[in-house]
Amino acid sequence: MIAFLLAQTIAITGGTVYPVSGPKLENATVVIRDGRIAAVGTNVAVPAGATRIDASGKWVTPGLIDGGGQMGLTEIGLVPGTNDGGLRDSAVAASFNVLEGINPASTLIPVTRIEGVTTTLAAPSGGFIRGQAVLIDLDGRTIEAMLIKSPAGMVVNLNEDSKSAGGGSRAGVAARFRRVLNDAREYARRRNDYSRAQMQPLAASAADLEALQPVLRGEVPVIAVANRRSDIETTLRIAREFRLRLILAGAAEGWMMADQIAAARVPVLLQALDNIPTYDGLGVRYENAAMLGKAGVRVVLLETDTHNSRNLRQQAGNAVAYGMAWDQALRAVTLTPAEAFGVADRYGSLEPGKVANVVVWTGDPFEFSTGVEHVFIRGREIPLRSRQTELMERYRSLPPKY
Amino acid sequence: MRHPSPALGLLIVLVGGCASAGARPPQTRSPAPATAAPAGPTAQDTTSADRPQYASTYQRHPNPPVLIRNATILTATGQEIAGGSILFRDGRIVAVGTTVEAPGDAVVVDGTGKWVTPGVIDTHSHLGVYAAPSTQAESDGNEATTPVTAEVWAEHSFWPQDPQIPLAIAGGVTTIQALPGSANLIGGRSAVLKLVPARSVQEMKFPSARYGLKMACGENPKRVYGDRGGPSTRMGNMAGYRSAFIQAQAYRRRWDKWNKDHQGDPPDRNLRNETLAEVLRGSIYVQNHCYRADEMVQMLDLAHEFGFKIRSFHHAVEAYKIADVLAREGTAVSIWADWWGFKEEAMDGIHENAALVQQAGGRPVIHSDSPSGIQRLNQEAAKAMYYGRRAGIQITRDQALRWFTVNAAWVLGIDSLVGTLEPGKMADVVVWSADPFSVYARALQVYNDGWLVYDRNDPTRQPKTDFLLGREP
Repeated sequence: MIAFLLAQTIAITGGTVYPVSGPKLENATVVIRDGRIAAVGTNVAVPAGATRIDASGKWVTPGLIDGGGQMGLTEIGLVPGTNDGGLRDSAVAASFNVLEGINPASTLIPVTRIEGVTTTLAAPSGGFIRGQAVLIDLDGRTIEAMLIKSPAGMVVNLNEDSKSAGGGSRAGVAARFRRVLNDAREYARRRNDYSRAQMQPLAASAADLEALQPVLRGEVPVIAVANRRSDIETTLRIAREFRLRLILAGAAEGWMMADQIAAARVPVLLQALDNIPTYDGLGVRYENAAMLGKAGVRVVLLETDTHNSRNLRQQAGNAVAYGMAWDQALRAVTLTPAEAFGVADRYGSLEPGKVANVVVWTGDPFEFSTGVEHVFIRGREIPLRSRQTELMERYRSLPPKY
Repeated sequence: MRHPSPALGLLIVLVGGCASAGARPPQTRSPAPATAAPAGPTAQDTTSADRPQYASTYQRHPNPPVLIRNATILTATGQEIAGGSILFRDGRIVAVGTTVEAPGDAVVVDGTGKWVTPGVIDTHSHLGVYAAPSTQAESDGNEATTPVTAEVWAEHSFWPQDPQIPLAIAGGVTTIQALPGSANLIGGRSAVLKLVPARSVQEMKFPSARYGLKMACGENPKRVYGDRGGPSTRMGNMAGYRSAFIQAQAYRRRWDKWNKDHQGDPPDRNLRNETLAEVLRGSIYVQNHCYRADEMVQMLDLAHEFGFKIRSFHHAVEAYKIADVLAREGTAVSIWADWWGFKEEAMDGIHENAALVQQAGGRPVIHSDSPSGIQRLNQEAAKAMYYGRRAGIQITRDQALRWFTVNAAWVLGIDSLVGTLEPGKMADVVVWSADPFSVYARALQVYNDGWLVYDRNDPTRQPKTDFLLGREP
């Protein structure tokens, strides 16, 4: 029944609208038609027959985008049968695309979207060249219906965790990455020789080398996990050598070399609330997001705990508490990730023509006192129900209603 | 720990219910006593545990008297004082109110626009026992060699140079319970610690605080011991606890008899039974990691069988399903605001857990179990409070404040000493930049026992452990 809403026109009126692409608009209207944003402004007429949603006193923002987790790929952390996000025993898995591992029926999806996160990355885990991440909307009965972009990035791990893939040394990891990329180039030049078995053994399978071609052409970004300053430097170096389109992830010590990262025009995906020192990043600190942002780096804020992807707004609020401008933090969970993943033409802001992922909040979305009033994904109003709200209703008064 | 192996990847009590809260007894006034005999037992019902061994050497750090004036003061006693002042001297709160005179020697802190609360208390921490930088060398939290290790003490693993400690202090934390991990059915004794820079754990041991006993239900012991001789089932877990306490009952009888008549040689000491016998005597509190509602009910039956109380269930993601039972039993729950789903027994976690337990008349505590989460227990409590309110459960700010202050103190048995801002209590005080239930609030000053241990605006008052010296840029 709710599917019929798709064809409807919805007007969200009277709210304080944060388009992100421009300054906030007081007492503004957002019109949604056929799953797209039709109009945003203070002088927008409500179309006849539109379903009206009164947002007076409310805040209206784009749906939040979390680039951090494994949405749809994990259900219960310690139950292997419910986890599909990574290949075991496969250090180089460039051809591994997580898409068909996604479970559209995952209970995490409603839990997440009713808190205002409407879009997430689903990224592969484990390994060294982990595989291809995809971007999904958190609504749809099929994978196809949820999909925004595949691949959205090639995830490569260049931190401490990958050392075994490099024989136990960071230098070995870097050398192996170069070998794989060189062999991918060589493979592309000599496909015929390869099929006639007239080549020396290559550093990865044909499928993996094939999957790296769009990466070498700069069409698919490398999402490189690196935390220690020297690892970030190595990553930037390799990206220059091969002219890769790079997105840094983690970047615990990124603040130490903010100018370098800014000059390389590399976006950074990071979790604001990381400050526990490890040997992979002794300099990790809460101010990382703010310091990178001030240096001109495009910062994307993450919540890396997939089950609590809904805490993205808490991450953003804390980024602000530790020095990031509020507008920049909102951008870091909307338009900046859309840009980084190459979908800013359709996502990340409230502008006519964009996909209607819209959230109506009772106030500042980063504040704990704020609740979600309405969530639209592709123009469909999402019922604010999840397995957790059902548990709550069952046990709200005891004994429970079985 | 969520589980013993590394994870993938990261007052009111009731109205007037703070029964044991009140002024600190004058005989324990500072300087703090050098010994830390458990507060509970009396001489005749203790065994060898009451000798002054492994004593606290905690000393209050000198600090001039402090008057914080014109702040919003949340006392965790039901009072919120706008434009309030608080005076403390020699580690003790002297006065809280709207008109408090500053003695001539007091440092006056302008609290305009600031908020003041009691120091944050975490009932569930692995700081020091799972220290950063988290290599195998610092992994000292689970004696995962046999399922019952009541004989081990967390304080003997605790590393005071853990660089996570200053981070927690900067989050307003003044007291923690450092616990063994949850691999074992009975994991060992906890340590209740003042969170101050120190060279030894003895210098941190909360004077007069009793020990806790870590017990764990459910998946963890099963998973760790399932192919190592068991237990491999939940029924095996139950049999394991029962067997241990049956031995402890016999041990206690032998010692009680000898303590009474001193006839013949004293019985052999057994460290495992010594700890469990103190639980049976009620002088060590049981701190029980347990997620599922049905298992908590099993554990309450176990406690009835052996005549002890479970002071708090920990994690207890399903506490809301038996909130009425927990309230009746007087067992607190130390819980997260929103962790769920990392294992099967954590699948039913909901945001309203704390609020529903509160509504039923129980005693919720927001705990961390995390070196990261411990830095923002105020934020976690804020989430739990506001989700409760949005579900129509009227949680007051004072109630939510108790979730990480005096309720936590009650779980550790130190609520007569800390946890509220009242004259006579230890001066564990946090000054916040804003309403502590706002995401934008940060602890500006943290006083532990009257000592300014952290000041966000003064780099000389930001302690750093040895570990980071010469490593940070």
